Amino acid sequence: MLFPLPKPSKAPPRIVITGAGIVTALGTGWRTNANGFRAGKQAFRPVTLFDVSRQRAKIAGEVDFPQLLPPLQLSQKQLSRLDRATKMLLLAVQEAWLQAGLTPGENLPLVLGTTSGGMALAETYLRHALRSPQSQRQQATRVMNYQAQRQALDVCDAFGFSGPITIISNACASGANAIGHAWELLRAGHAEQALTGGHDALCQITFAGFDSLQALSPTPCRPFDARRDGLSLGEGAAILVLETLDHARRRGAEILGEIIGYGAVTDVHHLTQPHPEGNAALAAMRAACASAGMTPEQIDYVNAHGTATLQNDSTEAAAINRWAGARATTLPVSSTKASIGHLLGAAGAVEAVVCLMALRGQWLPPEMSLKKIDPACRFPVVRELVDKKIEVALSNSFGFGGANASLIFRRWA
Amino acid sequence: MSRIFVHGLGAVSPAGWGVPALSGALKKSEPLPTQNLPRPGWEKPLRIRAVPPPPAQPAFLAHPRLRRASAITQYAVGASREALGEDIGRVQNGELRLGIVVCLMPGCVTYSRRFYEEVLGDPATASPLIFAETVYNAPASHLAAFLNSGTVSYTLVGDDSSFLQGLALASGWLLNDQADGCLVVGADEMDWVVADAVRLFERQSVQGAGAGALYLRKESSTKPALELACITDAFLFSTARARSAAAQRMRAQLPEYHPRELLCLGTQGVARADADELAAWTDWMGVRLAPKQLLGEAFTASAAWQCIAACDALGRGDFNAANVSIVGANEQAIGARFVNPDFL
Repeated sequence: MLFPLPKPSKAPPRIVITGAGIVTALGTGWRTNANGFRAGKQAFRPVTLFDVSRQRAKIAGEVDFPQLLPPLQLSQKQLSRLDRATKMLLLAVQEAWLQAGLTPGENLPLVLGTTSGGMALAETYLRHALRSPQSQRQQATRVMNYQAQRQALDVCDAFGFSGPITIISNACASGANAIGHAWELLRAGHAEQALTGGHDALCQITFAGFDSLQALSPTPCRPFDARRDGLSLGEGAAILVLETLDHARRRGAEILGEIIGYGAVTDVHHLTQPHPEGNAALAAMRAACASAGMTPEQIDYVNAHGTATLQNDSTEAAAINRWAGARATTLPVSSTKASIGHLLGAAGAVEAVVCLMALRGQWLPPEMSLKKIDPACRFPVVRELVDKKIEVALSNSFGFGGANASLIFRRWA
Repeated sequence: MSRIFVHGLGAVSPAGWGVPALSGALKKSEPLPTQNLPRPGWEKPLRIRAVPPPPAQPAFLAHPRLRRASAITQYAVGASREALGEDIGRVQNGELRLGIVVCLMPGCVTYSRRFYEEVLGDPATASPLIFAETVYNAPASHLAAFLNSGTVSYTLVGDDSSFLQGLALASGWLLNDQADGCLVVGADEMDWVVADAVRLFERQSVQGAGAGALYLRKESSTKPALELACITDAFLFSTARARSAAAQRMRAQLPEYHPRELLCLGTQGVARADADELAAWTDWMGVRLAPKQLLGEAFTASAAWQCIAACDALGRGDFNAANVSIVGANEQAIGARFVNPDFL
């Protein structure tokens, strides 16, 4: 039953991560991405997926797919209908699935974040409906498969498990909210394992939308740079296997890290602009710290939302300054969007995996594109590869509509 | 304390603005008349059931965040205001922490279509004002802003069944003390793109539109009390899993027939679309209600109307309990049960 809830145990269980999968413009898989983020590599190139000739920006972090998808329990018909977003999702799930050593079975909650599901299919549907209104060829398939729940169902079919499926669409905080919600499900005793993360593929409506807002930079984005001029879009997917510590230990799973805190609040200031003093961002970080029983002094690294828009970065800088207080001057911060762009609904999930990489590898991901740090940042922005002992990392995700979420991860030693 | 009560109901539907209009239409038990919606490139229009304009322009639409908002947001806010009742002031003053869950299937489709049509014309001149309204969580954002509520807010995307998941999620927030009250809203709006898509799968379906809201609290305030007794597991169906089996498994988690209980179905009155759900409930000998048959297919809003119909009937003392059955459009089957605890 989804309700009533199971009787709570004396204290919520600890929740660990036993699998992680990642697909970004840097490549597919943990190793390729870890190498790329560690080196501060940038993965932007001219957009090839749709026409951008009339757009101000013409680059993005496009994903190259492997020639073949991994073997999955999908029919040829299902495989032939997979869209770009679902392919990335399946690749990320497969890596996490294998790493965690999961086996097909019932009742594995799947909590996903996305902003647009298979929106490219919806675009094709509308173009076809407008230009060839008398023809219905493949229209039903497009309608069915653009929906985010269809992609989640494809994951369940491909790996042989049943949900429940929960899809959170809180704009650019979706991935973080999904992970946070899965964390809460396990702590509340709904399940002992969950699959969670986010995915989003590049599509024309989103690209043109951010361009219309003049939020896109014509050059690779430079988060927290004094002369930043906008964000770069990217695409990708990331998936985590979450598990109660007891369950992971019982089955001898390798533990990659632990989630210890989550905070989510709503910024009611404006539909597309954050409160200028970062009130909601501050509240999200404080809430995450409160749930983790941590203070800013105990945080060793912040993976910032850091989109490289004027407003986000100044607001987030103000929020981090206020939240960290005296600790800010020594607290390393970076935004890995400098490497792969803004992955929207996948951003929070990908950045969660980046935090895991940093905690396991004991390094901080640099922003190589940063030239002059915005003086609003009282904190050091990581600009070159730093090998550093870090125990706890905080990741911020803020979205359109005021969705603000922070997650806190701890190294597993 | 692990009990959850329904504190208020709100509805905007093809029957009108407000729960009384919805109740009235359900009581009449006659399908509402349909209207014609032009579909570009076609001579024959699509059949729909639209939300009628409110008797007078609601004052809340003058709020800065709502002036340009799309219909889906207006419906969501209209239903939410009604559900919150007098507590709206406490939320706006910051005295009551309100969690918000907005559940959508097509979502903000009207502005999405308009924006993409502009992009197809010339992406360089597409309107940023419209783009901002295309985002799935725009209604939740506007609602939170209207209510001045900075507490947690989620937008869930899925088929009609996601509304019951929203109720479960909100119950978790309440029991975990993350909020003092929770508003769960199902909302979907009318557009030829959606009506056209619905027709591709079932020609007899008639698209509706609107919103429904349930306001949940941990304590009871209504007379009689309306308690959320249970929400079943979510049973997926897909290429590899039969929809009929999902419906049966959902049915099996709800109680057997009782003459003092109501069944609120998600059937449309379309044989093929309804077959799995009806087969799951063949044992139910008692009273049945099916709001979609009268109001049209409005996805998550329809699911909310089912719950509202159930609670409304309990509130009138017509039944001791009401079961809600949702065999979704393309994702999962979930059921819920509301009770008047005085009869437990």
